[in-house]
Amino acid sequence: MTSRKIGYASPEQTAEKRSRQRWLSILAKADIADLESLFNNLPSKPDWTVIRAPEVGMIMARGRAGGTGQRFNLGEVTVTRCAVRLDYGATGHGYVMGRNRRHAELVAVVDAMMLIPSRREALESALIAPLAMRQTQHHQQVARKVAATKVDFFTMVRGD
Amino acid sequence: MYVAVKGGEQAIENSQALLADRRRGDRSLPELTIAQIREQMPLAVDRVMTEGSLHDRDLAALAIKQAAGDMHEAVFLLRAYRTTLPRFGISEPLNTDRMHIHRRISATYKDLPGGQVLGASFDYTHRLLDFALAAGDDRPVAELAEHAVDARMPRVAEILDHEGLIECEAPDSDDAPVSDITRESPRYPADRAARLQALARGDEGYLLALGYSTQRGYGNNHPFVGEIRHGTVSVEFEPEELGFPIEIGEIEVTECQMVNQFKGSTTKPPQFTRGYGLTFGHCERKAMSMALVDRALRAEELGETIDAPAQDHEFVLSHSDSVEASGFVQHLKLPHYVDFQAELVTVRALREKARRLAESSDDPESSSIAAE
Repeated sequence: MTSRKIGYASPEQTAEKRSRQRWLSILAKADIADLESLFNNLPSKPDWTVIRAPEVGMIMARGRAGGTGQRFNLGEVTVTRCAVRLDYGATGHGYVMGRNRRHAELVAVVDAMMLIPSRREALESALIAPLAMRQTQHHQQVARKVAATKVDFFTMVRGD
Repeated sequence: MYVAVKGGEQAIENSQALLADRRRGDRSLPELTIAQIREQMPLAVDRVMTEGSLHDRDLAALAIKQAAGDMHEAVFLLRAYRTTLPRFGISEPLNTDRMHIHRRISATYKDLPGGQVLGASFDYTHRLLDFALAAGDDRPVAELAEHAVDARMPRVAEILDHEGLIECEAPDSDDAPVSDITRESPRYPADRAARLQALARGDEGYLLALGYSTQRGYGNNHPFVGEIRHGTVSVEFEPEELGFPIEIGEIEVTECQMVNQFKGSTTKPPQFTRGYGLTFGHCERKAMSMALVDRALRAEELGETIDAPAQDHEFVLSHSDSVEASGFVQHLKLPHYVDFQAELVTVRALREKARRLAESSDDPESSSIAAE
């Protein structure tokens, strides 16, 4: 919908960006308790340095008139952000809604770990995929409850 | 002469302690937790977030607890907290088209793709007090359908759009500035972005009354509920250090598309026009009222006669904020001792003058002087 200036990106860069968007979204939307326990169960955890300490702030949420038209400011949402550097190099960023500093830090750590090609596959199956599955299941559960309230219209047959 | 008076420090401290004491109520009952308010009074939380202009369920629940259930006070608390936080940036516009639907109804089409989905609503209840709840017997189980509701539902406006029967809401340019009334006070007439922002954070009761006034003939524009949808949408934000947008979480929102009659003008053929409402959480009455007032405020743009309060930008927008309104009304409680002494002197002098006039003459004009 928006005409963003993407510049010239190779197909590989575009694919890499998409995968990163996907895991960052899954991590940000994850329940912090789920994320924490899956992270704790990882066989090896890296050491990291916090390069931007978890910070609470806001992002102004925008809407569009009529859903598709002129942009306007709806109101702000609380957000926590954090950046870390793993001891073996990669830098990760965490942006999560709400004020949970630990959540933002864990997202940044996992983001950095995912950027290391040799770790990615194992991390995907140990952490990202289970989180994604829980989120899909949650949405599915809600969507089935909602579906039970869908109206079935029927026509009364006149008896004349 | 102006005399400064001090005092009352101890009384104020004790008043605050008494307020806390009263808020806690009967100590033999368990204290309310923030989680209980967040989970069991979700609609109160939604209203406080919407009017407090800050989406944070825990903070809104805390505000409600601290305000002892006074909603305007809770909104004020959240607004005040909001000013202490830095703003990291601005989200991509929420894509309500991709909403995970919790409720979606239309009053203009019976059969529409995705169907009429009632969701959780008071609309179909009998409004009879439920004494089972009073007895602590609250063990509801929601039905589960075999199949989930459609993942994507087209907007009702799109159906009319195909025939050109409804005005098109085209996006503005990405580079164009967007008014922000939290940074710059609106000037009148206000642009649509400033209006929608003010309405979104405006007091629900006020907007409800104004919306109602348009239905009763004060600026009527024959509205239909084209669609109301409530559900969750992703919030997308582009951090500078990444250079591409990422999703940072999901929020619940309610959207109302009001479809209104329009006779047409010299430049436009007759077609339906729109009013729009959007809120955090599930604030359906508010979203509908907002849409009615949004449409009324477009009177000038659509070449309609402006003769009702709901069509007047300055009247509507300068009184919509409950924090401002509450502040100005309640400031009357502050000491006005000196002002009032001055008034007393004036009134006494006027009365004295009137008395003397009445005594000195039988002139019938004296009674009118007393009324000056």
